[in-house]
Amino acid sequence: MTVSIPAVRFDRVSRHFGDVRAVNDVTLDILDGEFFTLLGPSGSGKTTCLRLVAGFDHPTAGRIELHGVDVSSLPPYERDVNTVFQDYALFPHMTVAQNVAYGLMIKKVPPREREARVAEMLGMVQLAGLGRRRPAQLSGGQRQRVALARALVNRPRVLLLDEPLGALDLKLRQQMQLELKAIQQQVGITFVYVTHDQDEALTMSDRLGVFNSGRLEQVGSPAEVYEHPATDFVAGFVGVSNLVSGEAAQTVTGSPQTFTIRPEKILIRDPGAAVSNGMCAADGRIRDVVYLGAHTRYRVELAAGGELTVIQQNVETSSLDVQAARGRPVRLVWHRAHNRPVVMRR
Amino acid sequence: MAPLTRRVSTYLYRRPRLALGLLLAPPLLWLGVVYLGSLLSLLVQSFFSLDGFTGQVIRRFTLATYRDLLTRANMDIVLRTAGMAASVTVAAAAAAFPLAFYMARYASPQRKALLYLAVLLPLWSSYLVRVYSWKLILAKEGILNWTVTLLRLEGVLNGLLALPGIGGPSLSVSLLGMFIVYLYVWLPYMILPIEAALERVPQSLIEASSDLGARPRETFRRVILPLALPGVVAGSIFTFSLTLGDFIVPYALGNSAYFIGQAVLAHQGTAGNIPLAAAFTVVPTVIMAVYLTAAKRAGAFDAL
Amino acid sequence: MRSSPPATRASLPVRLATGAVLLFLHLPMLVIALFAFTTDDTLFRFPPPGLTTQWFDIAWQRPDVRDALSLSLRVATLTTAVALVLGTMAATAVHRSRFFGRETVSFLVILPIALPGIITGIALRSAISLLGIPLSLWTIVIGHATFCVVVVYNNVLARLRRSSPSLIEASMDLGASSFETFRYIVLPTIATALLAGGMLAFALSFDEIIVTTFTAGQQETLPIWVFNQLTKPRQRPVTNIVALFVIVVTFIPILLAHRLTADRPEGGRTL
Repeated sequence: MTVSIPAVRFDRVSRHFGDVRAVNDVTLDILDGEFFTLLGPSGSGKTTCLRLVAGFDHPTAGRIELHGVDVSSLPPYERDVNTVFQDYALFPHMTVAQNVAYGLMIKKVPPREREARVAEMLGMVQLAGLGRRRPAQLSGGQRQRVALARALVNRPRVLLLDEPLGALDLKLRQQMQLELKAIQQQVGITFVYVTHDQDEALTMSDRLGVFNSGRLEQVGSPAEVYEHPATDFVAGFVGVSNLVSGEAAQTVTGSPQTFTIRPEKILIRDPGAAVSNGMCAADGRIRDVVYLGAHTRYRVELAAGGELTVIQQNVETSSLDVQAARGRPVRLVWHRAHNRPVVMRR
Repeated sequence: MAPLTRRVSTYLYRRPRLALGLLLAPPLLWLGVVYLGSLLSLLVQSFFSLDGFTGQVIRRFTLATYRDLLTRANMDIVLRTAGMAASVTVAAAAAAFPLAFYMARYASPQRKALLYLAVLLPLWSSYLVRVYSWKLILAKEGILNWTVTLLRLEGVLNGLLALPGIGGPSLSVSLLGMFIVYLYVWLPYMILPIEAALERVPQSLIEASSDLGARPRETFRRVILPLALPGVVAGSIFTFSLTLGDFIVPYALGNSAYFIGQAVLAHQGTAGNIPLAAAFTVVPTVIMAVYLTAAKRAGAFDAL
Repeated sequence: MRSSPPATRASLPVRLATGAVLLFLHLPMLVIALFAFTTDDTLFRFPPPGLTTQWFDIAWQRPDVRDALSLSLRVATLTTAVALVLGTMAATAVHRSRFFGRETVSFLVILPIALPGIITGIALRSAISLLGIPLSLWTIVIGHATFCVVVVYNNVLARLRRSSPSLIEASMDLGASSFETFRYIVLPTIATALLAGGMLAFALSFDEIIVTTFTAGQQETLPIWVFNQLTKPRQRPVTNIVALFVIVVTFIPILLAHRLTADRPEGGRTL
């Protein structure tokens, strides 16, 4: 069995700022060629981890390895890593082409080769012909692409992206997500992506790591993390958290163990509906209804205590039907197999 | 760039404190050694004394120089300078107020920008030349006398010049003349802080005052003036301190009645009596230190 | 806290006073310009008996004027160079790192220009005499540079504070060392601040009289030359021409520096 060296390795890495533990004992391997996302809310440590890989910051404890080499004490310009910044950080006094060529210029790549590579890269990000413009003359989306080109043209082994799509509007963001993914697959290098947007993470990643207050709570593929959340935080952050505990859990499953059930797995039936084998049920009343176009989100107050969120596609129901549902008594049924026990971290 | 710079860069990158030290050392050394050192040497020299016979500075601690300072003649100098500084300050505040008031309350944004420029322009011109210009204006045959003669006010002028103390042979060699020049050169320093303070008075306060029944004059006296006071105090810091230490205007337009600045210049010159010059300098320093503390309490620094 | 300009007009006394003060502030300069052309040799008669441009040539021919001009130019150039280097170093250090005594640096830098010139002057003089250093070009430069550092420092620091920190990180991320980053990224960013600060320093130095009197000894910079002429009634218009020249040479850099920094919030009101 061949064991390949991970592109990025965090080995018990911590970063303290006085009393605050921005990054707390993180151990993680990011594999060569994968699209890995660091996901978490603000202040969870994901950006700090990215900066540690880039070299803008240094760990208080632990080591960072890039392709097997300990880089903990190397400055950013000695690491074979490039970053796409959240605010793009384009040099305002240089043209687009000069910006993209910057890294090559520093490495003393001959001018002709430089021009060729810059042109190729601008083409790849669909900005061909805009080389003479200044960053101030570009739109947000265009600046973002320049930042990407500027980083990629150096052919780094690892590309770091710090919430690069945060400033774009929804449509553009979704389009860029697909483009980024395509570029990554085309170029074949490792992407380490930071975001707080779980949809983004689920869309683009091969694997993702969920951060909470400096700790890495779970690592896995999108399906794994979504279907089998390890902790209540992950369950709540990635997708809607339907936590059922205590008495309600007892009623549903026969055991007081806290579990989570994803909202799209629950079916709404009339009270008293039959519960077949392998299914479990809970009775309650619809408290709240939110019509979201393609689907509807219901909040159901359970008779046994607590509440569950249910998401249903609007296959046949219209908005009028949906509004009328408020206050209706219902029975919720779902497959037992979808119940996931969770570890309460809080 | 050669790999050497890279290696130095990485070396310093790993030692941020060393890098900071290297960056900070030259300017701090310069300012610390040259400037603070000089100030220290000034203080030290004021405790030395000059040997009357040899003309050399005796480097031994003594209070003799300060005792010298407290003689009648020298104290006259101090009082004369302080008196001039005080009167110039008062006159400057009075003269500056209308312009500052206009700028803050009545000028449109474009006009205000223009007025700012107009006030700053003299400041940007050479100070020495501005003083010199008054020698032309105040000369016996000069433009001011010509205007006075035109307006048949010679009597008034001669009367003023005959006044003991402030008068003199002509305006260009008199305390009165000096007063006018001081007013001229320091006026912008008074206008700007007052304008800044007046600008801070919210329109709503004025409206509230008139809403409560006060007439414009009362509003001015009770609302605007007190709020503008910190600006006046701020400006007065400049006019006072600048007058205390100046020797250019006395030299150009003064007579044998010395001011502190002249005394300092004279003593350190051919006489080489640096200890006495140093002691003289301590006077305005102390006065300003006291003044600044009082001004700070009055909130003048918020207006700057 | 800026109240909108009210529609009412100022009262007549206020307007008159404003106009009078403005006239008071600007008339003297015009008088100097006028008297550069008078035919009068030793007096300041008004109205001038005649007008001529002969004095310009005479002024240019006078050796003492040319020597003074040469000294002033040399001093100002050296001072500007020293101030640029020291001011940039201090501003960069203060901007980059948080260190103990950070505010003290700003205070120390501004002190030489905040204290009255006579104190700086006599302090330097006393240090010079204590150490037995001979008066020379360098004593003048040292005096000037000490209070010129602050104008460069303020301008560069203000500019640095307005720039984005991620630009430096981006440059290093792309492979540039600290020195290369300074050369390609930081320097272009602070270029206008350096220009403005440099011009202000030049003007301040060229025009300086008070501190220079104490540190120059027998040498004459242009302002010292004018100062010495104040009580000599010889070829008065030449003095006027030199005075006019000094105004122009110091005024233009300051105006340009103001323009460079004027549309920024904090730039316009620096010295």
